[in-house]
Amino acid sequence: MAPSARQGAEGARAIRERAGNTLDSSLIVAQFISGLTSAMTLFLVASGLTLIFGVVNVFNFAHGSFYLLGAYFAYQVVAVSGVGFWAGVLLASLGAGAAGVLMEYFFLRRIYGRSGEAGFQILLTYSFILILDDVVKMIWGTDYKSISKPEALAGPLSVGEVTMPRYDLVVIAIGLAVAVGMWAAIRKTRFGRNLRAISSNREMASSLGVNVPLTLSLVFGLATALGGLSGAIAAPVRTVTPGAGIEVIIGSLIVVVIGGLGNFWGALVGALVIGEVTAFGILFLPQWAILFSYAVMALVLVFRPEGLLMKKGNAR
Amino acid sequence: MILELKDVHTYYGTSHVLFGVSLDVDRGEVVCLMGRNGAGKSTTFRSVMGLSLPRAGTVLFHGKDVTRLKVHAKARMGIGYVPEDRQIFPELTVRENLEIGRSSGIRRADGWSVDRIYGLFPVLEKYDRKPGGQLSGGEQQMLTIGRTLMGNPELVLLDEPTEGLAPVVVIALKEMILRLKEMGTTILLSEQNVKFAAKVSDRVFIIDNGAIRYRNDIEGFRNDEAVQKRYLAV
Repeated sequence: MAPSARQGAEGARAIRERAGNTLDSSLIVAQFISGLTSAMTLFLVASGLTLIFGVVNVFNFAHGSFYLLGAYFAYQVVAVSGVGFWAGVLLASLGAGAAGVLMEYFFLRRIYGRSGEAGFQILLTYSFILILDDVVKMIWGTDYKSISKPEALAGPLSVGEVTMPRYDLVVIAIGLAVAVGMWAAIRKTRFGRNLRAISSNREMASSLGVNVPLTLSLVFGLATALGGLSGAIAAPVRTVTPGAGIEVIIGSLIVVVIGGLGNFWGALVGALVIGEVTAFGILFLPQWAILFSYAVMALVLVFRPEGLLMKKGNAR
Repeated sequence: MILELKDVHTYYGTSHVLFGVSLDVDRGEVVCLMGRNGAGKSTTFRSVMGLSLPRAGTVLFHGKDVTRLKVHAKARMGIGYVPEDRQIFPELTVRENLEIGRSSGIRRADGWSVDRIYGLFPVLEKYDRKPGGQLSGGEQQMLTIGRTLMGNPELVLLDEPTEGLAPVVVIALKEMILRLKEMGTTILLSEQNVKFAAKVSDRVFIIDNGAIRYRNDIEGFRNDEAVQKRYLAV
């Protein structure tokens, strides 16, 4: 991910020095795992962004701010209140989801279907980036916060020559589990079927008795909870700082542009591409690493503007 | 009376479309709302459903004012709506399209099921797991009707079901409407085709320029060629 590139670059340099500047296979694997880890945290945010766009038909610029809330909520309950790490992650996700439902219910709902809705959406969701950023500063201050990894996952896992951080593997597993779980929920459950119907024709779905306003609130809550989950599980590997909301939304934007906005698997593919491109960019050309994800996005926009996973001529 | 509209005025933005529409439907009847394109048939249906909220006037369902209820609440009370332009969910399978009709939450021992809909429209069964978007126009019309029936509505608003359909499909639709009537379903139908309306309806209203201009039972209407010429393209 672009924002962590500088920290990552220093890390990579250190790894290379230790490895005597030889790019052996264990280093490649380590970098691959690190890329997967940031891909998963990106995917959790981007999948929510794409879900909200696909179903609620809103581009939620403030989506990264729920990542921010998740990270601070996790800091509060884990580092300050001393709740166990995973309980803290769960509470932080629920907290971010609840904040999302409140934002949808009290604010976004008022602009659905207005003429010029898109303009209102941008203003409203953008203003929430600023509001939530300041709320976070008011409550927690501007200095960096951190959470320690759960002890059992603090060390590395060695498989032969290759050592991998245990915690990263858990993050990757969580990301994959969410991907499979969301896919199953969207394809196989009644709730998911309603989502697909609303996404294709909101009026018709409500005419058949689907409670559309309630479903939209739930989707918003689910998507922002995923953003919060991302912030909470990323908190131990990245520092918790205000402003992370904007960094994350930029990363997610790149991801959804690459994968195709509104396309669930596109969010996963886009996140994997950006995670790995950044990880290996850091390894080979650390001073250019940030540019790579933008370059990939630009290439996609030039050659496949509808996104990698979208059918041509299909806007959603 | 199962449905009554009293002096309904509906606007699209600033343009006034319905000018005080009043009509009524009794339980078990098939009532036909006739009129040319743009006369206000679809807007009347949308006003009943709440998709276009009337700015004045009332919609009564079983004598209860439901004018400002949310759309899904009306569906859950037993009003089924089949829009004129089909509006199936193209990416959902035929079965999923039907199952979503159950969202009305109305269950009855003798209610509709996917299998019963396939019995009514056998052509749909072979598309069971295929996306609804692959169906032909006539098949989509059957799917839309089947989807609404899945909610076990007491009253079905059927907006121009025969529009653009092949004659053989129109015959199937006629039989289906008569069968639904036999089963006790009340139907408010909009139609431009006089022959079709005469075959299935008990009573007729004619709407023109957003107001009801004529009402009669079906025999009276059938013999009133002057009215047919004046308000309908015959």
